[in-house]
Amino acid sequence: MNEQLAFTIEVFANGLMAGVLYALVALGFVLIYKASGIFNYAQGVMALFAAMTLVGIQNGQVPFAHLINAIFGTDVHKFGWSVHSFVAIVLTVFVMIALAWAVQRFVFRHLVGQEPIILFMATIGLAYFLEGVADLMWGSELKALNVCSSDGTCLPQGMNMWLEGTTYEALGYGFFIDNLDIVASIVAVILVVGLVMFAQYTKQGRAMRAVADDHQAALSVGVSLNFIWILVWSLAGFVALVAGIMWGAKSGVQFSLSLIALKALPVLMLGGFTSIPGAIVGGLIIGVGEKLFEFLIGAPFLGGATENWFAYMLALLFLVFRPQGLFGEKIIERV
Amino acid sequence: MFYREAGDFSSTYAEDQQTFPIKFDRYRYYLVLFIAIVVVPFVINDYWVNSLLLPFLIYAIAAIGLNILVGYCGQVSLGTGGFMAVGAYTCYKFMTGVDIWWGGELLFRLPEFNIFFSVIMGGVMTAVVGVLFGLPSLRIKGFYLAVATLAAQFFLVWMFNRISWFYNYSASGQINAPERDIMGVLLTGPSVQPWAAYLFCLFFTITCAVIARNMTRGASGRKWMAIRDMDIAAEIIGVNPLKAKLTAFAVSSFFIGISGALFFSVYLGAVEVGEVFGIQKSFLVLFMIIIGGLGSIFGSFAGAAFLVLLPVALKVVGVDWLGWPTDIVAHLQLVIVGGLIIIFLIAEPHGIAQLWRVAKEKLRLWPFPH
Amino acid sequence: MKDMADSYVTADGRTIGPVVMEMKNITLRFGGVEAIKDISFDIREGEIRAIIGPNGAGKSSMLNVISGFYVPQEGEVWYKGARRPAMKPFEVAQQGIARTFQNIALFEGMSVLDNVMTGRLTHMKTGLFAQSLWKGKAEAEEIANREVAEKIIDFLEIQAIRKTPVARLPYGLKKRVELARALAAEPSILLLDEPMAGMNVEENADMSRFILDVNDEFGTTIALIEHDMGVVMDLSDRVVVMDYGKKIGDGTPSEVRNNQAVIDAYLGVAHD
Repeated sequence: MNEQLAFTIEVFANGLMAGVLYALVALGFVLIYKASGIFNYAQGVMALFAAMTLVGIQNGQVPFAHLINAIFGTDVHKFGWSVHSFVAIVLTVFVMIALAWAVQRFVFRHLVGQEPIILFMATIGLAYFLEGVADLMWGSELKALNVCSSDGTCLPQGMNMWLEGTTYEALGYGFFIDNLDIVASIVAVILVVGLVMFAQYTKQGRAMRAVADDHQAALSVGVSLNFIWILVWSLAGFVALVAGIMWGAKSGVQFSLSLIALKALPVLMLGGFTSIPGAIVGGLIIGVGEKLFEFLIGAPFLGGATENWFAYMLALLFLVFRPQGLFGEKIIERV
Repeated sequence: MFYREAGDFSSTYAEDQQTFPIKFDRYRYYLVLFIAIVVVPFVINDYWVNSLLLPFLIYAIAAIGLNILVGYCGQVSLGTGGFMAVGAYTCYKFMTGVDIWWGGELLFRLPEFNIFFSVIMGGVMTAVVGVLFGLPSLRIKGFYLAVATLAAQFFLVWMFNRISWFYNYSASGQINAPERDIMGVLLTGPSVQPWAAYLFCLFFTITCAVIARNMTRGASGRKWMAIRDMDIAAEIIGVNPLKAKLTAFAVSSFFIGISGALFFSVYLGAVEVGEVFGIQKSFLVLFMIIIGGLGSIFGSFAGAAFLVLLPVALKVVGVDWLGWPTDIVAHLQLVIVGGLIIIFLIAEPHGIAQLWRVAKEKLRLWPFPH
Repeated sequence: MKDMADSYVTADGRTIGPVVMEMKNITLRFGGVEAIKDISFDIREGEIRAIIGPNGAGKSSMLNVISGFYVPQEGEVWYKGARRPAMKPFEVAQQGIARTFQNIALFEGMSVLDNVMTGRLTHMKTGLFAQSLWKGKAEAEEIANREVAEKIIDFLEIQAIRKTPVARLPYGLKKRVELARALAAEPSILLLDEPMAGMNVEENADMSRFILDVNDEFGTTIALIEHDMGVVMDLSDRVVVMDYGKKIGDGTPSEVRNNQAVIDAYLGVAHD
């Protein structure tokens, strides 16, 4: 097979993988936005917080160790135990649910009915707050994340050699695709399908959609807004955890994880802020588009690193022609 | 009781329309101006200037600029950092002599301009760029527009990083402000006197505030606010939305560009674009106008003061008094800033300006409760 | 049938001029729904023209076509004897057409005075540079326009609330401020969309008085949509009746009142 074409297909496949992860992060945003009209800038930091908590629990770190040492002059760092991955994940989920409850109770309950920009600013404030708390709790240095089961099989690292071998034999060119990316894509697809089915077919999912449509009407048929909001934030927290694990396993758990939020924004612009299929399609388009642009035009002609802004330019162009995104609701203004 | 309005009547429209119609306010304003222009330059030292006054004055200009766009015209922009960068780099190029190339050959080189002109050009260039990136606002509204301005932010930072012409092909990618003076008084570089830098920035701050005030109290201000409040009705009663929005972008970017130019040349002296003008800067200025108060010139000043003072105060308390390690204090700063923003948004979404208005209402009656 | 180019004098001494605006075969569609089906009527200078009809008849849509907010798929709008080309709403406003809205469209972030001053925006021409200096041209223009706005404020008796933020006003006063804003533009044609909606008897009487005074003192042509039959019959010179997007009546109030088609479709009992 022609090498340039093969390269391009490889880049395309990698783009799809990246796109699936973007879609996953974007989903967390769509959930919250649909149910409460809030664009949660803190979603990325939530992923960071979730990942850091997971690592911290797994390694038996003492929370707020650094701060306690500074105030009391002690020198504690770890409890001395290490917690099994799956248990740690379950515990982290509980932490995220508690976080969802706290955010709902102390922040957004008091901001009901405010303009969208105020709500957005509140989530930025929340992002700063949570980042600071995460750093104080677990320390801000880079950590390695490895999720393993009891018999020692962990998340696979490195390139998938089976795929490389097979494609080399079949097509004359071996495709290099990261194992972790493959696992991440599969997990993301499962999660997306699960969320969509939850929204469509369960009672709580239906209630969630009702709240997303019209708060007053949902209240009048007996849906508890607070419960739905906590549910939605918890779901978003869970999605954040999965995204945190996937990205963290790939490149370590550190501050840059929180910047995923910024990557999800163009995805949402493309797909529409209120659409779950939109987040998926948008994510794939951005993932593929970004990598292909960098490969075909960015690296050879523009000096590289175009991935920083290409997604935004693409979404911007798209919005000019279709202001509500691919699947978003058309904003009809009447006088 | 202290705040007297009784007997203070306006007999002409001109009197009614002035910035401070109440005598008490007016005299207080003159007093502040007097202290700022005449008293402060003699008593300040390096530390105060560099960590408090200069950033306050410079951020106040940026906040006023962003407030015009967001608070008065209702167009949310997250591209402030990138626009400040445009101001800074334009200033740099004009200070070092703009070099025009064609086909690999240096055609000619503009002369090196003085700092005053360079800062102004920083504003002008940013206005042009602002209009360009403001064009999408005609089709895209609200939240989507905010995200679209992020395209400007990321693209501009990338551009100043990648295209080495902007930093005169230096190996480090940094831009450094050369030593410049006006009439023998140094304004940039390491040997600047604090009072000189202070007065230079103060001049720009006062001028920009006056211009902004004049524009927002007249026809332009009303056009912008009409677009903000109900853009369809605004168009139907005769406001040209294209002109109004692009004017808002232009004026706002002019101020933000001047702020960026001053930030680089007078305050920092050297800039690496990703660190200084990244998205954190955009959020910072947005926080300033939200906490200060949208649609209020005073609010822009209040917000700038608040967010310049806060980290300094926290550092003084945390590191100097309590003796904690600096990284903990840095983390605590995040926690406290984030928390304060949330508390402010819950308690007073209209910002310090509104708190001030309410305080004045109470002062009118004090010591009576009602 | 009076010749459309002639002026005539009404029973109470007002002069009604020739035709100033004409709608010719207007058809307006939204996707598959035809909101206005081939409607033609005219408005004479200085008259009070009522547009009535059951809810959903397409009256507000017709007003939006006149304002330039909706562009009809078929038909033409003629203004002052010439065909009006497709133009943006703000250009229509600059030609001298002002309006009020069914669901009040005031600028809630501003005070009453500022809202009325926005009505003057089509007359304020100083450039940006002069505005940034304020002293001189910009201030002079501001004061001149303020005087006009204050006259309107006096006329509508809202002086006491001129500095109040409009968001705080009760519904009736908001409607009056909106009328003030429309009048401040010194329009040739004033479009009123259900000016009496939500008013009690007293406010209704006040508003009727203002409408008549506007027409009388300033000679403004008025087209109004209204449901209150008493107002329509008392105030208007001629009436257009719409139903399901079609025109089913056109003439003086007494002609329309006795039109069987109109009675069948709509009238029922008039308010006395």
